[in-house]
Amino acid sequence: MSPAVRLPGLAPLFLALTVAVLGVLIVLPLGVVFQQALSQGLGAYLEPLKEPDALAAIRLTLLVAAISVPLNAVFGVAAAWAIAKFEFKGKSLLVTFIDLPFSMSPVVSGLVWVLLFGAQGWFGEWLREHDIKIIFATSGLVLATVLVTLPFVARELIPLMQDQGSDEEAAALTLGAGGWTTFWRVTLPNIRWALLYGVLLCNARAMGEFGAVSVVSGSVRGLTTTLPLHVEVLYNDYEFVGAFAAASILAGLGLVTLVLKTILEWRHSGELSARRRH
Amino acid sequence: MTIAAVAGPPKVRRRWKQPSILPGFGLAMGWTLTYLGLLLVLPLAALILRPWELGLDGVWATLTEPRVLSALRLSFGAAAAAALANVPLGLLVAWTLTRYEFPGRRVLDAFVDLPFALPTAVAGIALTAIYAPTGTLGEPLAALGIRTAYNPIGVFIALVFIGLPFVVRTVQPVLEDMDAEVEEAALTLGATHLQRFWRVVLPGLAPALLSGFSLAFARAVGEYGSVIFIAGNMPLKSEIAPLLIVIKLEQYDYAGAAAVGLAMLVISFGALLAVNALQVFLARRGRA
Repeated sequence: MSPAVRLPGLAPLFLALTVAVLGVLIVLPLGVVFQQALSQGLGAYLEPLKEPDALAAIRLTLLVAAISVPLNAVFGVAAAWAIAKFEFKGKSLLVTFIDLPFSMSPVVSGLVWVLLFGAQGWFGEWLREHDIKIIFATSGLVLATVLVTLPFVARELIPLMQDQGSDEEAAALTLGAGGWTTFWRVTLPNIRWALLYGVLLCNARAMGEFGAVSVVSGSVRGLTTTLPLHVEVLYNDYEFVGAFAAASILAGLGLVTLVLKTILEWRHSGELSARRRH
Repeated sequence: MTIAAVAGPPKVRRRWKQPSILPGFGLAMGWTLTYLGLLLVLPLAALILRPWELGLDGVWATLTEPRVLSALRLSFGAAAAAALANVPLGLLVAWTLTRYEFPGRRVLDAFVDLPFALPTAVAGIALTAIYAPTGTLGEPLAALGIRTAYNPIGVFIALVFIGLPFVVRTVQPVLEDMDAEVEEAALTLGATHLQRFWRVVLPGLAPALLSGFSLAFARAVGEYGSVIFIAGNMPLKSEIAPLLIVIKLEQYDYAGAAAVGLAMLVISFGALLAVNALQVFLARRGRA
């Protein structure tokens, strides 16, 4: 790559500009979260995190992610198996469909569930008669989160499994291994890092999702507020230190995700889909 | 008579799926289609069908409400402006990260993805704190007479934040793989560095810049969490389209909310189709 254009002499300028762009646009907001959270001292920072509402919000966030992420992980593996290992008509249409939630507004991803299960939704009447609550309840939060994060795992696995082909599986089957044995012993070890990568991104989005869940939650403090919604409730009540304290937990989650993701990209780049290799 | 009909050339049975020795197609495909059917197709059907309860006139009336029109204009306008701003910014960052070697390069590279990893509500309140009239950057800017937060400019800033990684991450791999020989040839033929950049490198990057733009745009149009705090949400001035959906839902106007949601989906789909057409045009011209 030595003859590639480098615009020598401009290197310090480009570097300075890049640092300025990333610093102002990206690092500064991250820093502000912690600065605001700690602005009244450590005691004032920890206080709002011990409130029952905050603890309930953390529990709810973990619960919603614990249901949505495995669902989308299993879906991602199934979809990638069907799409990458077999040839059939309409494949590209199916892939386009799987990607669709990425180009939907999170608010729309919440809205659609209200249209189905809300008081005046298609199934609203039936749900009321049977005393089932979906909107303004945990199941609604799960549905909205599942829809928003649906493509994450599939997106990581499909290109990788297409690159890998199915020779190894074919060899295992020819040698007499059963279908499930082949999957567990041959396929899964080949895709484990990409699967973990997809799960990591899926989980970060699931725990941090705001727009979709805010539509279906009704924001009943301590009952249907996930941690991002709890941030909004406190912020709108002018409890800024509390809002930023709760936000700092989410920012910490984002940082941990970033570190793990970077480690995966460095250590296992060969076993991730090509566009993740550095 | 029937015999004549049967005796035509043997029909090749067109298979929907090619045979394979691998098992599990039925299970994997069945699970995939059921899951998508329940969690994607059924909800989308509701979004597509519900607005028409209002009738064609009703949908039109909803979409031409001044408040809705101004929100759609702001969402699409600010998204386009932010995605456009992301193109040179993203190119600059991608260029520095791929073409130069310096200590801390990989850390800087990792930070590019922060807007993906940081929950949008967190970004929203942080950006508001920075750009509010009392904030770190808001105060000096206000002294210069530029109001950023609680203004359409605030919406633009939040969308630039959200969209930057899309452009960087689509341009970066192309820049890494760019054929050094072509640049070398240009150099041998006496092109200056700047000429090589404008005439050789930039045309090669155009498709990637365009897809980065469209990804950033698509994400920005629907963005909610990072925008609503900084926008100030003043009717007719700084209300975004997704917020209007929320407001309509709060008034139990399901059909109206669905109409706005559907309109957003249709307009962004149209915009992406246009960008795709431009992409095909560029690719063809590149080959010619």
